[in-house]
Amino acid sequence: MSHVHESDSLAFEIEPERYELFEAPRYQFDFDRREFLQALGGGLLVFLLVDDAMAQPPQGRRRGGAGGGPQDIGAWLHISEKGDVTVYTGKTEVGQNIRTSLSQAVAEELRLPLSLVHMVMADTDRVPYDGGTVGSQTSPSMAPRLRRAAAAARAMLVELAAEKAGVERNSLTVADGKVSHRGSGRSYTFGELTQGKKMTKAVGADAAVTPAADWKVLGASASKVEGRAMVTGQHKYASDIQLPGMLFGKVLRPERLNATLASADVKEAKAQPGVIVVHDGGFVGIAAPTEHAAEQALTLIRAEWNASPQISEKELFAALKTSRGAAPAGFGGRGNSSQGSVTEGLKKADHKLNATYTIAYIAHAPLEPRAAVAQWHDGKLTVWTGTQRPFGVRGDLARAFQMPENRVRVIVPDTGSGYGGKHTNEAAIEAARLAKAAGKPVKLVWTREEEFTYAYFRPAGVIDVNAGVRNDGIITAWDLQNYNSGGSAIRGLYEIANQQTQFHQSRAPLRQGSYRALAATANHFARESHMDDLAHAVGMDPLEFRLKNLKDARLRAVLEAAAKQIGWGKSKNGHSFGIAGGFEKRSYVATCAEIVHERDSGQVRIVRLATAFECGTILNPDHLKNQVEGAVVMGLGGALFEAIRFSNGQITNARFSRYRVPRFSDVPELETVLLNRPDLPSEGAGETPIVAVAPAIGNAIFKATGARLRSLPMLPNGLKV
Amino acid sequence: MTTVTELAVNGTRRQVAADPARSLLSVLRDDLDLTGCKYGCGEGRCGACTVLVDGKAVRSCTTLVGACTSKQITTIEGLERDGKLHPLQEAFLNVGAMQCGYCTTGMIMSGVALLAKSNAPTVADVAQSMDGNICRCGTYTRIIQAIRQAADAMKGGGK
Repeated sequence: MSHVHESDSLAFEIEPERYELFEAPRYQFDFDRREFLQALGGGLLVFLLVDDAMAQPPQGRRRGGAGGGPQDIGAWLHISEKGDVTVYTGKTEVGQNIRTSLSQAVAEELRLPLSLVHMVMADTDRVPYDGGTVGSQTSPSMAPRLRRAAAAARAMLVELAAEKAGVERNSLTVADGKVSHRGSGRSYTFGELTQGKKMTKAVGADAAVTPAADWKVLGASASKVEGRAMVTGQHKYASDIQLPGMLFGKVLRPERLNATLASADVKEAKAQPGVIVVHDGGFVGIAAPTEHAAEQALTLIRAEWNASPQISEKELFAALKTSRGAAPAGFGGRGNSSQGSVTEGLKKADHKLNATYTIAYIAHAPLEPRAAVAQWHDGKLTVWTGTQRPFGVRGDLARAFQMPENRVRVIVPDTGSGYGGKHTNEAAIEAARLAKAAGKPVKLVWTREEEFTYAYFRPAGVIDVNAGVRNDGIITAWDLQNYNSGGSAIRGLYEIANQQTQFHQSRAPLRQGSYRALAATANHFARESHMDDLAHAVGMDPLEFRLKNLKDARLRAVLEAAAKQIGWGKSKNGHSFGIAGGFEKRSYVATCAEIVHERDSGQVRIVRLATAFECGTILNPDHLKNQVEGAVVMGLGGALFEAIRFSNGQITNARFSRYRVPRFSDVPELETVLLNRPDLPSEGAGETPIVAVAPAIGNAIFKATGARLRSLPMLPNGLKV
Repeated sequence: MTTVTELAVNGTRRQVAADPARSLLSVLRDDLDLTGCKYGCGEGRCGACTVLVDGKAVRSCTTLVGACTSKQITTIEGLERDGKLHPLQEAFLNVGAMQCGYCTTGMIMSGVALLAKSNAPTVADVAQSMDGNICRCGTYTRIIQAIRQAADAMKGGGK
C-alpha cells in the first residue's frame, strides 16, 4: 500500500533535529499590513485562506514550522487597474527555482504568459506570514494555494467580462491574458476588466483548479525566472546591496567557541579615521568606511576571553552515545516506533548482524555566506539578508532590539543558497547593532571562516543497528537506535514484523541544526548499508532482497527504475554496482552507483550514478532534474569526504582549502529518471534526492572490495580502499 | 604604496581612491558597484570572484588592486555588448545551468577564459580547467554542457 497524503491537511511536525528552531520560541503576530494592501490601489485582490490544521500546534508545543498563522492568510494576488498581475508569497528563492514553478502555477490558472506574472517573495512588509521555506513544503502547499488564488481571480475576470459584454459566463474563454467571447470575437485584456474596480475575494481550500492533465504551462519545463539577471551579474544578492553612506561591519570573534569576553581594549581601534566601535556586553563590533579598514581596526582590539575546555573530534562519538542532552521543547517522540518483539524476532533469525555507523558533522557551506545590510530610519529597522525564514529572522531582530515586530522589515532577495543553514541569521542582528550605533546603514558579510565556525552544522551521530534475517531472505527483526543525528526517516518502509526505532537526544559539543534532508541521510546510510549486508549474509541479490521485504509500490517503482537505468544484473568487467533507496518528505528516491576499483592502487572511481525519483505530479521537469542532480552531487561530499574537524573549541578546517566539497572533478556521469505521477499531489523535491547516494556508493564499494565502510564520510583520506 | 586612483574596467577608465592593499574584488564591488563578481572564500579557492585581467582569469579576492593599475580588467558586466549577451551567457540560460546563481558569474568568467584558449573542449577538458570553481548547488554537469554549447556557437562565427 502506497503512502498517499493530502498535502494541504498534513500536520507539520517539527523534527527534533531542527535544533535551531528551538533555540528561541517564535509566536504569531497580528495581521498588520492593511496599509500596504490599501496602497495597492484598485483592481482585484484575492486572499487565499489557509486550512487551520497547519496553523494550530498541538497543545503545549512551540511552533516554528510552515503554516499560515492564526490569521489564516496564505497568499495574496493582485491584478491592478492596468491588468498587471502580482502575486505575494512568504516563500524564499534559494536556488530551488520555486520562483519559477510558483510563477508557472499562477500563469497556468490565469492563462497568462509566464513573463507577465510578477512575484514578490519574502518581504515581510508586503507578503503574508510564512513559517519558513523548509521541509520541502513549497510544492505541496504553496503551489496549490497560488493555483487557487489565481483560479479565483480568473473566475472574477470572467464574471466582469460577462457583465461588461452582457453574455453568459460559459461563453467566455480565458487565454493568453485575455477574456474572449467565442460568439462575437470580442475580447478584453485584464486591464480593461479591472479598470475602475476595487474588489476583494477570499478563497479557501475548496476553490477549483485546473487538473494536471489539462496543464499547458505548469508541468512543463520553463526557463528560470530572473535567469538573465543572474548571468549578467545584475541580480543583487543581500551581500550586493549598497546604500548611500553605508559602512562595512566586522565582529570580534573569540579564539575558541563558547568563550566569554572578559575585557576589551578598543581605544586604538576607535582612534582610526571613520571607525565606529560598539562594545555591548559580550559583543564587540566595528563599522568602517571600507571592509579593509574594518578588518584592520579589528586587529587593533586587545581582548581577553574566558574559554573552557571542550572535546575534540576523537571523543565525539563516545560523547554522543553517553551524554544526555535536554530535549528541545516540542520534541515528542518522533522517531520512536515499536512493533512486535525484536527479541523474539532475533530468535527466529538464521543470521544476525549488529553494527554501528558513525556520522560526522558537516557544514552547509552555501557559496554566499551569511550577509546582511541593516538600516534604521525613524525607529524602523530594515534588513536585507539571505534566509529561509524571513519572518523568523524578523522575530529574532525584534527580540534582540526589544521592539515590536511591525517596526522590523526583513527583505530576502533571491539568495545564494541555504540548504537549511540560513534559518537563523546572526549576521542580521550584528549588522543591525552596528547600524544603530553608527546612525548609518551597515553591511556585514561573514567570512568563509566565520561561516564554517559559527553557523550550525548538520548533527553528527552514532547509529546502532541490530537485525536478524532468515535464510529465505525475510527480515525477522530490526532495531535501530540513533544518537543525536535525528529521527527523520528513522523508520523505513520495509515490512518487518518485529522492529524498533528510537532517537536519543545527546548533549552535542557543536552547534547543530537543520541540513538538507535532516537525519534522513544518516538513517538511510545506516539502513541501506545494513540491508545490503543482510542480503549478502543470505546470498541474495541486494535488489531482490529489498523487494522481498517491501510492499510499498512507490518505493518499489523507484528501486526498479534506478536498477534498470544502471543496467542492474548485467556484468561489466571490473565494474561493481550498488543500490539504495528510500522515502522522506513524502517523495521516493533510489540511487544506483557504478564504480571501478583499481586493485593495485586501491583507487575508487565512481563512474556513474543513476537516480530514480518520484514526487507525485511534476511541476517543472527540467528544474526538478536540476534539483535531483544537484542534491546527488551535494550528497557526494557528505558520503565521501566532508567532515568538520574540531579540537577544544576550534574548527580546524574552516576554509575551502581544508574542507573538501564536491567539485567538477568529483562528478561522475549522472543519469536521472523522473517518474511522473499526475494522479498524486505534488510533493517537494529539495531534500529527498540526497539520501540514497552514500549507501549506494558504499554498497558498490563493498561489492568491489569486500570492505564495508560504516562511517560518513566513507573515504576521508582520499578515494582509496 | 600610493593610493590607486584609476582602473581600466570593461574598456572604460574608472576613477577610484583605493588603498593599494585592498583586494581587486572589494574595489570592484564596493567602490565601483560592479557586484557581479562575488565573495565566496577570500582565499582564491572557490572561483566566485573570477574576473579577467588582461584576458586571463584571476581570482580577484587574492589580487591586490595595487597590482592592477596598468591592466585591462573585464568583469561579467562587460560581456554584454549592445544588449546582446555573450554566447556563454546565452548558453547558461538555454541549458538552465543555474540554481541559486551565486557561482554563475565566476563560472562564466572562467568559462570565457577557457573558450579563449580552446574552441572545442571535451567534457574532461572543461572539468579540469574549471575545477577551481565551486558550485555548491551541484549544477556542474549543466555548466559543462553550457560551456561546450557556447564553444560550438562561437565556432560558427559567434563572438
